Amino acid sequence: MDTVTLARAFFGTSLAFHIIFATLGIGLSFMVFLAEVLHLWKKDNDYFIMAKRWTKAIAILLGVAIPSGTIVGVQLSLLWPGFMKIVGQVIAVPFKIEIFAFFLEALALSIYVYAADRLRPVTRIFSVFLVAVGATASAILITSANTWMNTPAGFQMKPDGTITNVDPWKAFFNPTFWSTSYHVVVTALMTGGFAIVSIAAYKWLKQREDIKESTIHRKALVLSLVVALFFSFLTALSGHTSAQKLHVYNPAKLAAAEGLFETQKYAPLAVGGYVDPATHKVKFGVEVPFLLSWLAAGRFDTEVKGLYDFPQDTWPPFYTHLLFNVMVGLGTLLLMIAAIGLYMYWRRMIRRGDSYPRWMLWVLALTGPLSMLSIEFGWIFSCSGRQPWTIYGIQRTSEAATTAPHLGFLFFMFGAVYLFLAVLVVIVMKSYFRRNPIQKDIERYIS
Amino acid sequence: MIEPKIAILVIWILVFIYSIAGSIDFGASFWAMIYTKQDTQASEIANRFLSPTWEINNTILVLLVVAVVGFFPEAAFTFGTVLLVPVSLILLLILLRSSFMVFAYSVQGYNRTLRTVSGLTGVLVPALLISALPVTEGGFVHVGPRGPELDFGIFFTSPSVYMYMLFGLTSELFLSSLFLADYSKESKDQGAYKVYRRNAILFGPITLVVAVVTLLSFRPEASWLLSNISRYQKWFVLSIIMFVIGYSALWWSDRGRKAEGKPRIAVIFVILQYGIATFAYGASHLPYIVYPYLTVGDAFTNINTFYSLLNVLGLGLAILLPGFIVFWALFLKDKRYLQRK
Repeated sequence: MDTVTLARAFFGTSLAFHIIFATLGIGLSFMVFLAEVLHLWKKDNDYFIMAKRWTKAIAILLGVAIPSGTIVGVQLSLLWPGFMKIVGQVIAVPFKIEIFAFFLEALALSIYVYAADRLRPVTRIFSVFLVAVGATASAILITSANTWMNTPAGFQMKPDGTITNVDPWKAFFNPTFWSTSYHVVVTALMTGGFAIVSIAAYKWLKQREDIKESTIHRKALVLSLVVALFFSFLTALSGHTSAQKLHVYNPAKLAAAEGLFETQKYAPLAVGGYVDPATHKVKFGVEVPFLLSWLAAGRFDTEVKGLYDFPQDTWPPFYTHLLFNVMVGLGTLLLMIAAIGLYMYWRRMIRRGDSYPRWMLWVLALTGPLSMLSIEFGWIFSCSGRQPWTIYGIQRTSEAATTAPHLGFLFFMFGAVYLFLAVLVVIVMKSYFRRNPIQKDIERYIS
Repeated sequence: MIEPKIAILVIWILVFIYSIAGSIDFGASFWAMIYTKQDTQASEIANRFLSPTWEINNTILVLLVVAVVGFFPEAAFTFGTVLLVPVSLILLLILLRSSFMVFAYSVQGYNRTLRTVSGLTGVLVPALLISALPVTEGGFVHVGPRGPELDFGIFFTSPSVYMYMLFGLTSELFLSSLFLADYSKESKDQGAYKVYRRNAILFGPITLVVAVVTLLSFRPEASWLLSNISRYQKWFVLSIIMFVIGYSALWWSDRGRKAEGKPRIAVIFVILQYGIATFAYGASHLPYIVYPYLTVGDAFTNINTFYSLLNVLGLGLAILLPGFIVFWALFLKDKRYLQRK
């Protein structure tokens, strides 16, 4: 691998690792907030137990989320020094504000975790609310920098590379900032929902005799399903908006995502398949006539640009078509599963007083990992679809990357540590929840 | 232009805050490891302080990095390229340390192993962090055809680098034991107080001697810095006076008890000692960020970005201030937290 590819693989691995924890940090703290509110409102200690146990999971996850976020932040300067030179002059503001969101999250979480027993319920809810706000704000601010890379604004670059006319706030509120950060937040909340759906469904499968315990799992499942359904619906809508922004601002990315080469009106949508690099056609895909034009701007006669309109050395890689399809496909699938899952609950349990079908619980248990996977695919799509640019149309990735040696060795070290920590997190979670079974909490807070 | 000077002052204030907070934080995890097997509450006290605070401390580090990128993008470029390997190592160690600390809190069974890892990394990280200082003083960086590069051969064989590392270590142990002495006293734990007071008494003079030797071990390339430092002699004398007052406070009588010590006074004066020395060093280092390639003026960001960042920094700190006060009241002041068994 050459240095640039190596740097991309390295940084991509760090991000892919961090995103898991960052996403859950947003989604789960929102779930804890909901459980705390329901506890206060319904005076039902089941929700208190949920909040308590989920918080413990967040605290363990944050042990990795915070340092891995630190790594990503510092690695930006280590692996992309050329990029950070421009970032520092134009788009440093969101990074700076992000630190304060990070501070807020760290302060509020410490207070919520280590001082919970000394706080009044309303103060406690307020502090977990601040955790969710801090985590969400962090995501929005970092997304601002990412959208600026896709749709740069707020500065001018002279041919010799000097930067003039900087307007930091115009860079911050660049054309795709609102749509993309909204998309990022709702997908994180959706994933938090599905993560709980998975665990509640699995636990409910394993424990159906003990009424008190299975009641908690059932309530957790219904709460998380409602959240997951609501936010996967918003995810679909915001994803659609984001794709329309691509049509306007990053047409080459959209063309690669759809495997479209010829610029045309009444463009078809290619679902599935892969782009054949020799023939420039989508193979094994299903073509829906006119749909792409309609989705891009709401009219069948919308002209959608094809890759032939762009110089070949600026084409994104063809595999972005696959990434895009997996992301959209998983999102759609999850939306349907959540809807069916809730409908079944209403029909089988509330209307007929029947039991919940076991096979559906198995399906639901898979949704958390699938949701996380779609987030990963989305980010990889967003960043490889921008290639060969780091800052779209301004700076190539090869100009941004480090020239320093020893990258391969460091990549290997970090990869090994990430893997080790991922395994360790699972072991620590299992060990903690085995030593503190839900029965203990039930004895303490319910009976 | 006055703006670059303000920017470097802000950076240097952040460096100072992080070096104090970081020393206390990393040192505490080292002491927690050392005293796990002892009967006193010394280990317990260190952990009680660490659990809620390490995240905040970590945030200060990121704040510092982001401030450098924003205020001095060119410096971020140089440091990023030159320090790729050492900074990557620091990052890995921080990742291991933080996660193991959290895991130790959750899993009682492997407590010892986990605490040992976080304790050992707590020693390594500050030593590596401070080794960035000699790199900026000249002689370690060469600008080749591919850009600036760190000369590892010189770096790893230079006594100056190792003296800096030793200075970082002894400072860490001194500051953290002093702070924990005060924290134990606030928690009304006489046993732990005695342990940490003894450590502070031991490491205070050692740190001072190491600092002087470090200055003497400067490489010839850094002679420009040494001659600048001698111009600030008065400041360093003042710094030593602060040390003497703070150190002697460990024997002051307290509430009628002779030679009991007033650790709060000691902490305040020692922080003043470090503050004065840090700013005298920083002033001597000007105008260079990395000698002789990069000056404060060259590395400075765009003026619009500077003002936006400065406003954001001020506003952010103002908004978060109540949060810090609540935090302090809950974990550093509240008797219910401090005296929990």
